[in-house]
Amino acid sequence: MYKNQHETTPNRKLTPMSAAEIVVAGLRKRYGATRALDGMSFTVRPGLVTGFLGPNGAGKSTTMRVILGLDAVDAGTALIEGKPYHSLRHPLNHVGSLLDAAALHPSRSARDHLLWLAHSQGLAARRVNQVIEQVGLTSAARRKAGGYSLGMRQRLGIAAALLGDPPIIMLDEPFNGMDPDGIIWMRGFLRSLAAQGRAVLVSSHLMSEVQDTADHLVVVGRGKAIADAGVADLIAAASGNRVALRTTAGTHAMRVLGHAGAAVAATGRDTITVSGLPADRIVTLLNQSAVPFSEVSAHRATLEDVYLELTRDAVEFRAATQSEVSR
Amino acid sequence: MTPTVTPYRPSERVGRDGFLQVLHAEWTKFRTVRGWTVGMMAAALMVVLFALLVGVSSNQKGSPPVPIGPGGEPVTDSFYFVHQPLAGDGSITVSVSALKSSIPKAPGDLRPGTVPWAKAGLIIKDGTRQGSPYAAIMATGSHGVRMQDNYVNDTAGPTGPASAESPRRLRLDRSGDTITGYASTDGTKWTKVGTTQVSGLGSTAQVGLFVASPPAVGGGGTAGSVSTATFGDLRTQGGWAGGNWTGSQVGAKSPTFAGYPENAPGSFTGSDARFTVTGAGDIAPAVSDSLPTGGHLRNILTGTFAALIAVIVVGALFITAEYRNKMIHLTLAASPRRSRVLVAKAIVLWAVTFVAGSVGAILATPLGLGLARGNGVYIFPVTSSTELRVELGTAALLATASVLALSVGAIFRHSAGAVTTAIVAIVLPYILIAIPFMPASVSKGVATVTPGAAFAVQQTLVPYDQVASNYTPYYGYYPLAPWAGFAVLAGYAVASLAVAAVLLNRRDA
Ligand SMILES: Nc1ncnc2c1ncn2[C@@H]1O[C@H](COP(=O)(O)OP(=O)(O)OP(=O)(O)O)[C@@H](O)[C@H]1O
Ligand SMILES: [Mg+2]
Repeated sequence: MYKNQHETTPNRKLTPMSAAEIVVAGLRKRYGATRALDGMSFTVRPGLVTGFLGPNGAGKSTTMRVILGLDAVDAGTALIEGKPYHSLRHPLNHVGSLLDAAALHPSRSARDHLLWLAHSQGLAARRVNQVIEQVGLTSAARRKAGGYSLGMRQRLGIAAALLGDPPIIMLDEPFNGMDPDGIIWMRGFLRSLAAQGRAVLVSSHLMSEVQDTADHLVVVGRGKAIADAGVADLIAAASGNRVALRTTAGTHAMRVLGHAGAAVAATGRDTITVSGLPADRIVTLLNQSAVPFSEVSAHRATLEDVYLELTRDAVEFRAATQSEVSR
Repeated sequence: MTPTVTPYRPSERVGRDGFLQVLHAEWTKFRTVRGWTVGMMAAALMVVLFALLVGVSSNQKGSPPVPIGPGGEPVTDSFYFVHQPLAGDGSITVSVSALKSSIPKAPGDLRPGTVPWAKAGLIIKDGTRQGSPYAAIMATGSHGVRMQDNYVNDTAGPTGPASAESPRRLRLDRSGDTITGYASTDGTKWTKVGTTQVSGLGSTAQVGLFVASPPAVGGGGTAGSVSTATFGDLRTQGGWAGGNWTGSQVGAKSPTFAGYPENAPGSFTGSDARFTVTGAGDIAPAVSDSLPTGGHLRNILTGTFAALIAVIVVGALFITAEYRNKMIHLTLAASPRRSRVLVAKAIVLWAVTFVAGSVGAILATPLGLGLARGNGVYIFPVTSSTELRVELGTAALLATASVLALSVGAIFRHSAGAVTTAIVAIVLPYILIAIPFMPASVSKGVATVTPGAAFAVQQTLVPYDQVASNYTPYYGYYPLAPWAGFAVLAGYAVASLAVAAVLLNRRDA
């Protein structure tokens, strides 16, 4: 396979299973006075759906354009399978992308739109028919794409991304404009792509869109990654192994647990949060000291909490500019 | 945390990311947008429709026939001829001691002036029929002694004007079909000016004195002039019948038609050895000025300007549409070597436009010519290779103009700006050239330095050194040779394509 002969990086040889498909390191980019990227770094790995989350203007689309070699950066690198994008031969065999579902000529049919793209990669028309079927556009393929609904355009864009059968799929807000059925289809589709071993990067500014789909999250704000971790790890980190305790004898309980070395805080009239001790140890201690309590539970943050917490700064920034605009 | 997955590897691909694939993709792009293919067909149709329109709307029925010279080219052949028949071989000698010209300042107001190609001398001609073969030797207004034959041939002899102090002595010998002209300033030392073969003179030719006075050229137009010459020392040898000299106006029936100013008809006085002859007109190949009713191929292909607008719009949209809907992102992601994309677009566009333009021009030319000729229009003749050059040149002009529009579109990334710029660059020069009162220097400048220089590919008229005329683009005479004019446009297209490539590589998509 010419791919392995020419494109294998030393890194891939050493750790073939964990090789990152996309490595973004220290991207910086200004548009005039706007700092769009400010040290963006993260990796996208095979076999996972990586959610690329951040509020409007966080730099998600800019990062994707940089990965595709469309926009030049002031600093930093973005590598595909260890190589810069522009050095790829038949790039659509490496990365399939959907940046903007409206990026098509309205009077060209969906099939012809995919056909020119296929020809640019030396692919046969047969492949076009395959991807059209894969995204469920067969019956509309010969209609002008200008008459497509946004959801149909998203499907067409995904067909274009799949055209080269690439190991990396990168989609910018693919859920935009999709009806509930479409969203369910899309989720299953993304999962199946990852299950085939592909690296899937999906951007969104809504956690709810990706929470059931993503294995890994890159949360960005103000041009940099705020978090780059697995979904489970993120929740655990936000939850911080804390235990919620419901008791009418709050003061007593806090004294007992404090002596045992836990950090204790009253969070409500009859609830306290304990960290530093596992739940079973807390129950033993409270029983030993005869402290009455009615409920001990692991405090669990939701992804939504995590996201809102992480992006608060960026959202504040956005809110400020919005109020300026509306003034 | 790292899952143990096998990264997806697509099935093996053999193949090269050749330029041909980019070219194939751009061709697919072009042919799958209906509006663009329709635009190209419309361009071809414009060329044909205008040709039909020009052919149908022209009407020259009943206009006098255009004199045709022995070489098949249209000629002017009107002058004052004082002649006798000469049977077989012989010779004639004369001196010209004055050649004075008058140019009208206003109707009826003749003033002495210089007509550089006013002619007075000896001529041997196959009768007085317009367009018949001849050879002549003459003194001229300011081009010295010349020997000319059969309208297009011209040989320079001794320089300087004829005057009483320094008359120009001229001699013409016939020996079979061989005519030899001599000139002398002292009457003893003769120099041979030229020898020529003139076939078709017949065994008995008309030989004698002539005066012609072509229209004075100035201010973008012409004014009929008249000239009077004083001849002396007329001597003949050989097969002369003897008797009186006959004065004839060769050419048009009335003096005005012959180009005489008001109240100044042709005439001659004198006998034996001394004559005073007044004449007007010219013996020369026809040019646009002297044959204003003559059409040429350029007129038939008037639709070129409408086709230009169509191909400019399509050319600009071929790239600006991608910027408008951001499809350029997909294009450049699929082909990261950006210059290749631009070159592929240029090649596809040039080829498509060239084919459309060729079809249009090759259909339009015979149709338009046929209709125009059917309506009595005289068309300046061209060889079939010149006709092909005009047709393919017009196609190349359209194709290169559309590539220029594409390049400007890639620079501006905006349809309206690109279309406007390309039209200003090419169609505006076309219009400036078509304005009759545009000063010659301006219209020649426009046809030299702007992309409009490429209209020279439609030139079929030939300027002659021995005919003073308005050789301006308006009249169909371009300052640059056909392909040199085309090269100016090609230069603009290549330069702007290079600028577009640099910007495309430098700018964010
Ligand atoms: N071509 C451009 N010219 C000028 N500014 C730009 C350009 N592209 C992006 N920006 C700016 O860079 C910042 C990041 O934009 P970007 O589109 O990458 O954000 P995003 O995360 O994709 O947002 P959204 O969720 O709204 O799509 C924004 O402030 C935006 O205004
Ligand atoms: Mg975006």
